[in-house]
Amino acid sequence: MPFRDEDRMQELKQATPARIGTGRAGTRPTTRELLKLRYDHAAAVDSVYGSVSTDLLAELGLFMVDSGAVDQELYLRRPDLGRLLPDHSIQQLIQRCIPSPQVQLVVSDGLSAGAIEHNAGDLIPALLDSLQVQGLKAGTPFFVRNGRVGIMNTIGDILHPETIVLLIGERPGLITSHSMSAYLCYRPCAGMTDSDRMVISNIHQGGTPPVEAGAHIGSLIARMLKQKKSGVGLVQ
Amino acid sequence: MKLTISLQGESYGFRDLKQLFAAANEERSGDILAGLGAEHAKERIAAKLLLADLTLADIRSHPMLPPEEDEISRVIEEGVDEQGYQRIRHWTVGDLRDQLLSQDAAGVQDISKGLNSEMVAAAAKLMSNLDLIQAAAKCEVITRCNTVLGGRGRLGSRAQPNHPTDDPKGMKASIYEALSYGVGDTVIGINPVIDTTDNILRLFHETMEVIHRWNIPTQNSVLAHVTTQMRAIEKGAPADLIFQSLAGTQSGNDSFGINLRLLEEADQLIQESGTAKGENRWYFETGQGSELSAGAHHGIDQVTLESRCYGLAKRFKPFMLNTVVGFIGPEYLYDSKQVIRAGLEDHFMGKIQGLPMGVDVCYTNHMRADQNDMDNLAVLLAAAGVNFIIGVPMADDCMLNYQSTSFHDIATLRELLRLQPGAEFAAWAESMGILQDGRLTALAGDPTRLM
Repeated sequence: MPFRDEDRMQELKQATPARIGTGRAGTRPTTRELLKLRYDHAAAVDSVYGSVSTDLLAELGLFMVDSGAVDQELYLRRPDLGRLLPDHSIQQLIQRCIPSPQVQLVVSDGLSAGAIEHNAGDLIPALLDSLQVQGLKAGTPFFVRNGRVGIMNTIGDILHPETIVLLIGERPGLITSHSMSAYLCYRPCAGMTDSDRMVISNIHQGGTPPVEAGAHIGSLIARMLKQKKSGVGLVQ
Repeated sequence: MKLTISLQGESYGFRDLKQLFAAANEERSGDILAGLGAEHAKERIAAKLLLADLTLADIRSHPMLPPEEDEISRVIEEGVDEQGYQRIRHWTVGDLRDQLLSQDAAGVQDISKGLNSEMVAAAAKLMSNLDLIQAAAKCEVITRCNTVLGGRGRLGSRAQPNHPTDDPKGMKASIYEALSYGVGDTVIGINPVIDTTDNILRLFHETMEVIHRWNIPTQNSVLAHVTTQMRAIEKGAPADLIFQSLAGTQSGNDSFGINLRLLEEADQLIQESGTAKGENRWYFETGQGSELSAGAHHGIDQVTLESRCYGLAKRFKPFMLNTVVGFIGPEYLYDSKQVIRAGLEDHFMGKIQGLPMGVDVCYTNHMRADQNDMDNLAVLLAAAGVNFIIGVPMADDCMLNYQSTSFHDIATLRELLRLQPGAEFAAWAESMGILQDGRLTALAGDPTRLM
């Protein structure tokens, strides 16, 4: 569909990621725009229902444990189970992880496996570099399948880290289905809420690039350790 | 009050009204998450059968959340017309359903005066989807701000020009696109990213500037927390409407950072300092599940709690109320079947309580739903006489990361069901060459014509 002022239309489109200037077929969207929307939705759904490949976990040196939500169906219906660890997972952590580390790194697919697939590989080495530069020691990193943010508290009560970092996939949108968040907490334990945590969201190539986020997380951890706190009380 | 029943040799019993009300709901994940839903299909119907035989007096005299403990219960109790109630107190919930379906519009309006929010929820639980559509279609709710919302043959629309950084150019680009499809007659309402007084003040000015520049018969709204809007209005922000999300319990509203006193203060402010002509100056949003999500549900099911939101909203005579039905996520409404059901329930429960109901026909990407399901629900609601729905470019909200209904959808529903935008806006859109008899002209869909 021709617009009266094509140049102006381009300007408008550049001002927003919203799907404007799409034209129409009668009252309906054009074939191209309709299918573009459906493709982006399909990608978002795939991110939710997808899983992180075992190859990537091996490459990142992460072993895998289950949350209390044994499958994705249950994970979506029961957020409470995604915050818990079943006995066999707890045993694995006790056997395989260094107890009371300075920094405990945990990765979880959350609502977007694609977010981990696209960003963890860049972020984790940058984070580890940053920790090393600052003379901080990381514990044994691992991956939790079907985790929620609140699982930081559960892990805190088992491994007693000084600080914890959880990298987790965000609820996908259509603009990007690969956005990841990093949640940080000082001495995580039962009862801690979002106001006790720091969050860096929107980590993806079009938002905060993962390498940059890794370095940023490292310096935030140093600050948390120095001030012995996290969340709204941390002076930044 | 009978809470046990035997059916074909099997007996079913419920502890109290809360448990019975929850078990009588159509299945939804939120009730299961709360540990409240029926265990199986037969138990659900047993609960409906028992509920159908309770009298309205049983419900009123056994409050699930007593007025002494909860200010929303007090507001609801004060909202019942005593004479109206006395006429129908002996009715069973089954009678109520039958009467709402058999009476004409005036009859339904008469009945509704004597009902409290819990009775309305009870009737919804006994209704099929088409019952909900039929009963709601009888309720004509008309409100007035700068323009008139509602009335036979009208389908209003909110232009929702959200932008990931509240960029004024980006927001305006979205508004122009909406207007070029005849969308934005109910409100031009933006959800801000940054909830600071200065930013909200700026957004009120910028939305109003577009309205003035093009002389558009509509109203503006900035959907920040009510306290931020109040500060902005005190600093001179031009606001036609004041906005707030509501919950159905006092503790739920605590979690939203509001209470009755604050709403009354805001009401006074918008009446004194608002820019609109008409007396209806509130825009409320609600949605099933918000109380449970805040741990503030008191063991009450999410349909009943949603109905209580409307009991609260009624007190403030809002211009518009929008139930954001599919935004909350799959742990409350799992799939399209549950979202469609909830959308029809909310619309019915709100309309019976005299509210200008709109529905954000929507879903998130972790729900089992897609755009086809929204097509279905939008048609059902338009047939039920919904006052307005939401217009987002190609249904994809690039800030809130969910999908709603598009400008195309609104134009389609109007053409298909012979509906028009609000009268003042329709006349404006004709004068701009966008609509002709409520239908898109050849020039529609070109935002560059509005520059």
